[in-house]
Amino acid sequence: MSGNLACAEGAIAAGCRFYGGYPITPSSEIAEHMSRRLPQVGGHYLQMEDEIGSIAAVVGASNAGAKSMTATSGPGFSLMMENIGLAVITETPCVLVNVQRAGPSTGIPTLIGQGDMMQVKWGSHGDYEVIAYAPDSVQEMFDLTVKAFNMAEKYRTPTFVMADQVIAHMTSKVVIPSADKIQIVNRIRPTKPNPGFIPFPFDDDFPAMALAGDGFYVNVDSLTHDERGYPSLDNSVSERMLDHLTGKVRNHVGEIVETEEYLTDDAEVVIIAYGSTSRSALRVVKEARLREKKVGLLRLITPWPFPAKKIEALGDRVRAMVVPEINYGQMEHVVREFASCQVIGVHHPAGALIPPEKIDSALEKL
Amino acid sequence: MAQLETLRAHESVFPANPRDELLRADRLPHIWCPGCGLGIVVGCFVEAMRASGIPQDRHVVVSGIGCTARIPGYLNLDTYHTTHGRAIAFATGLKVANPELEVSVIAGDGDLFNIGGNHLIHAIRRNVDLNIFCVNNFNYGMTGGQFGATTPPGARTSTTPYGNFEASFNIPYIVAAAGAPYVARWTVLHARQLLQSMLRAFQVQGLAFVEIISPCPPTFGDLNNFNDALAMMQYFQTCSRVDDRADLSKASLSMKPPDPIVVGNFVDVKKLPYHEVERNMIQSALGRSK
Repeated sequence: MSGNLACAEGAIAAGCRFYGGYPITPSSEIAEHMSRRLPQVGGHYLQMEDEIGSIAAVVGASNAGAKSMTATSGPGFSLMMENIGLAVITETPCVLVNVQRAGPSTGIPTLIGQGDMMQVKWGSHGDYEVIAYAPDSVQEMFDLTVKAFNMAEKYRTPTFVMADQVIAHMTSKVVIPSADKIQIVNRIRPTKPNPGFIPFPFDDDFPAMALAGDGFYVNVDSLTHDERGYPSLDNSVSERMLDHLTGKVRNHVGEIVETEEYLTDDAEVVIIAYGSTSRSALRVVKEARLREKKVGLLRLITPWPFPAKKIEALGDRVRAMVVPEINYGQMEHVVREFASCQVIGVHHPAGALIPPEKIDSALEKL
Repeated sequence: MAQLETLRAHESVFPANPRDELLRADRLPHIWCPGCGLGIVVGCFVEAMRASGIPQDRHVVVSGIGCTARIPGYLNLDTYHTTHGRAIAFATGLKVANPELEVSVIAGDGDLFNIGGNHLIHAIRRNVDLNIFCVNNFNYGMTGGQFGATTPPGARTSTTPYGNFEASFNIPYIVAAAGAPYVARWTVLHARQLLQSMLRAFQVQGLAFVEIISPCPPTFGDLNNFNDALAMMQYFQTCSRVDDRADLSKASLSMKPPDPIVVGNFVDVKKLPYHEVERNMIQSALGRSK
């Protein structure tokens, strides 16, 4: 099956029962498949009037108790920024899949880009943290979508699958384990309504979530709010709320961050890559090894939170890092922040995969 | 706080507001200006809710941003104060995911007819089973009284110092044209009729829409020859014309006495709501109940 279908099946397997979206290339097959599959499992497919409405409906549906998602691409992702912030501040679990295409603006709808890697972290206004996955295979479109739902439910926060057009349209065999072999995380629910119930406890990184209709009478607010959910202009409340919203990810970076290493143990130069680009990078490493060059690969499975400690440690023992991306140096910028070694970006314009030769020629110059 | 203490001092006279169980009394006093119509809207809503017979647990209220959007924060219910213009889209997700909920959107004219206009017409087209209560005060009150899509042509606001160059939306005409099965308009002076309309909105299957004309004394009122809230209420009293069969194409508002304010229950028809159409079609396609 295709990457987009694998993503949709991963969502169904994870328990997704609501999809709110707006068709956009190259993500539309996810919407099409969900429109067929969701009614079969008692879920709802809702096609909204635009991406602003889509993410608003997703946040609403999640507050009604449905595991909820949307899928889009750059232009739609830009429109979703506003209510990504709403999901963050209201601590609403939901999953956003961004099948990245060439930008800026409408760009090249049918061809690959990786230009939204900074936007996913910083795109909505104000301070927040995100959990984002970057699948590099059709299998990972399934696996990481399941994981994105689990993490969204666990941390009560929006999570992201930062796919790209090549992975989404690639076709390969996918192993879908039987339901009992797939680990599923569901949000914690408060037990009984009681007068002392605190809907937004700032000292709890895994707060229980009361849903609409549960009888807790919760005020869920887009305004800066206290632990009762009441709006507040108090700077100390703002501090506690922001510490909580950022802390629930920052305090658990070790559990969230995932990377994959290939021949890094003895490497003098390490390529840092993610998504489709890591497939080009893998070939470069294999060919370099044939020439007895000590090159390794570190793949970012979670670009966010960024595996800072891993990059720091690696940077202390390798000569250089090469960061190929189908953008003009977005994750390279973050690698530079943490690596003490030389860092070389290999920038490639959106619209095509990076040819391995382009990465290789960067290695040759080292 | 001082106001609250004064209220507490009179507890021997007024032991408790009979609506306290439906309000978040610990959040009072509210943020609205003297003479604002929103208090009447809150009163009508909680009384309609009580009369609806629908359990408090099932009532959910969603709002966007603005003075009106602060209403849910004072209601002792599951309430969602979301982003500017997006209340209807959020409420659509809530209702579709759990059709058992009785979902109301309480929002201002700016929220629904400017920034949220697209969500509004599409929710009406889908006939999502929502109750939309739109308080129209003809300007953006919270940000200081700038003009919007409902500001009458020529009217003065803080951003139309030479008068409003733009034409205004005629709310019930748009909503009826988009296909809402229930459309009404009242002023806040018509508290009893408003309460009955809200109650009807809870009963209607599908999208029920009530426009509520309200004074905004310090901004729109002040700049448009209404010396105080009372002056605008007197305009509502003397120039409102109840006409359930009104030609809605002629129901636009100039807010200039003696021009009439046409009010009434304009539309009340049967129309299958979205969640029932969805359920029926899926049942018939898949040959089993969900």
